[in-house]
Amino acid sequence: MSIAPTPKMQARGLRIGFYNERIKKRLNVLDGIDLSVAEGELVCIVGPSGCGKSTFLGAVDGLTRIDGGDVLIDGHAVTTTGPDRAMVFQHDSLFPWRTVLQNVVYGIEIQNSMSKADMNDRGRQLVELVGLKGFEDHFPHELSGGMRQRVNIARALAPDPELLLLDEPFAALDAQTREFMQVELLKILNRAKKTALFITHQIDEAIFLSNRVAVFSARPARVKEIVEIDLPKERSLALKHETRFRDLQAYIWRLIEEESARTGLVTAS
Amino acid sequence: MTATLNTPSSIADDTEDAAPRRSFYATHETTIIGTISVVAFLFFWEYAVAQKWVNALFTSSPLRIITAGSAMVKEGTIWQDLATSGIEFGLGFGLATIIGVPLGILMGWYRRLNAVLEPFVNALYATPRIALLPLIVIWFGIDLGSKVAIVFLSTVFPILVNTMVGIRTVDRDFIKVARSFGASDRQLFMTVALPSTVPFLLTGLRLGLGHALIGIVVGEMYGATSGIGYMMAVAGATFQTDRVMVGIIVIAASGMIMTQMLKMIEMRFEKWRVDSRG
Ligand SMILES: Nc1ncnc2c1ncn2[C@@H]1O[C@H](COP(=O)(O)OP(=O)(O)O)[C@@H](O)[C@H]1O
Ligand SMILES: [Mg+2]
Repeated sequence: MSIAPTPKMQARGLRIGFYNERIKKRLNVLDGIDLSVAEGELVCIVGPSGCGKSTFLGAVDGLTRIDGGDVLIDGHAVTTTGPDRAMVFQHDSLFPWRTVLQNVVYGIEIQNSMSKADMNDRGRQLVELVGLKGFEDHFPHELSGGMRQRVNIARALAPDPELLLLDEPFAALDAQTREFMQVELLKILNRAKKTALFITHQIDEAIFLSNRVAVFSARPARVKEIVEIDLPKERSLALKHETRFRDLQAYIWRLIEEESARTGLVTAS
Repeated sequence: MTATLNTPSSIADDTEDAAPRRSFYATHETTIIGTISVVAFLFFWEYAVAQKWVNALFTSSPLRIITAGSAMVKEGTIWQDLATSGIEFGLGFGLATIIGVPLGILMGWYRRLNAVLEPFVNALYATPRIALLPLIVIWFGIDLGSKVAIVFLSTVFPILVNTMVGIRTVDRDFIKVARSFGASDRQLFMTVALPSTVPFLLTGLRLGLGHALIGIVVGEMYGATSGIGYMMAVAGATFQTDRVMVGIIVIAASGMIMTQMLKMIEMRFEKWRVDSRG
């Protein structure tokens, strides 16, 4: 494993629990997560559903309170949200009262980091980057699911964060649009030169996108295994049919199945 | 949308495929039929009176209503009545908006304030406000004050409650997005809570409108010295059915026009409603 001197993101023994109303008890969700992501890397997180992937991403973003351990960004502990990180949620959650351009510049507006003219220039650049030139003044309800998710990504990229956190951003898209968006995302991230953490429940998506795949164990989650994706750096959809890709897919699938079986979600075959 | 299935011809006629060869009648069918039915009704009404099938003293007739209306315009009294009612409505409705919207926002935003005020709001919202008229007249007299008060009380609750619901039902995902970008409470309020409340607020205004008109008419009938409701009460007591009818038409027309206007504004903002996404 090649680790740069200071990782872009490093989680050290991260623990988070929630009080569960139903069983009237505190439930450990993250039980010591250790994971680091180097600058420019794209790491995908997979794991049984409900294991704590979103919770982990929320903690990295600074939205979720940390109970133990820490998350370092460029060596500094995260205490709150910051312009160096941005989140892309599964539900695109575009503001219906804002146009595409107004949605894209939302973060800049909140962080008040640019003049209005610069902000709009930057917004236009990003709209173009995600391939939506000409749709600046459209409202979200006029766009397709794929287009909305592009706007969502552009909105996250607009304040120029260094670490992009994506929580199943393509889960609501149909299979074809999803594959198309996977290719697009790689292009966009390459052009924008970003580091990214990407949660997905689609193993092929994880392999296709990432340099490494972190497999989370069932709740309370730890990093069960980190799988290096030794595929060529240039990714094309054809890759998904190659033997190596399929082997990796089978391997990761087995890891997740072990975890699901352990908690009785799926009976091991 | 284009029709892809075999549809009965009456439905197929409504699809856009049929547009190029659509006649004037086809595009305006509903309006035309509606107009014809109203005109036919008016003729029948006039005819029934002329044939003495019914007594015009009780039923009036379209021509008599027009005559009465123009007489009232000539006398000039109707303008006075309209102005009185209009001012009562404007002041009461305006006051209800100025107070109801901010209070609704505050009650939606601050749980504690809501806990303090909710019992009163619920009790008053559930009480038919008209029942308060005797009390209001004791407090504000029979002139402008009592009418403004009754309009205010009729409208402030629908406006307040709808605004409050709007603020409370802000989509959690929007809050997460705003927080993730580091939005402060104030920014969260201005950029998320307020805009997502607009459609609810407009619904509140539209609901309030109907209550306001009832408030004015009943208030003026109960005790007043001028106004459309007062005019109708006086005309009714002296069996001037034609003039009562003029009053009904004036009120119905203003209610319809204002509701329609608010509906159009509401429609413009309908896409702001979160549940219309996706
Ligand atoms: N704010 C919260 N309050 C209480 N429990 C929560 C909260 N957020 C997440 N959880 C619980 O933590 C567990 C992990 O959730 P999550 O991180 O969303 O899983 P994943 O994204 O891996 O599917 C779930 O059991 C969920 O119910
Ligand atoms: Mg999740």
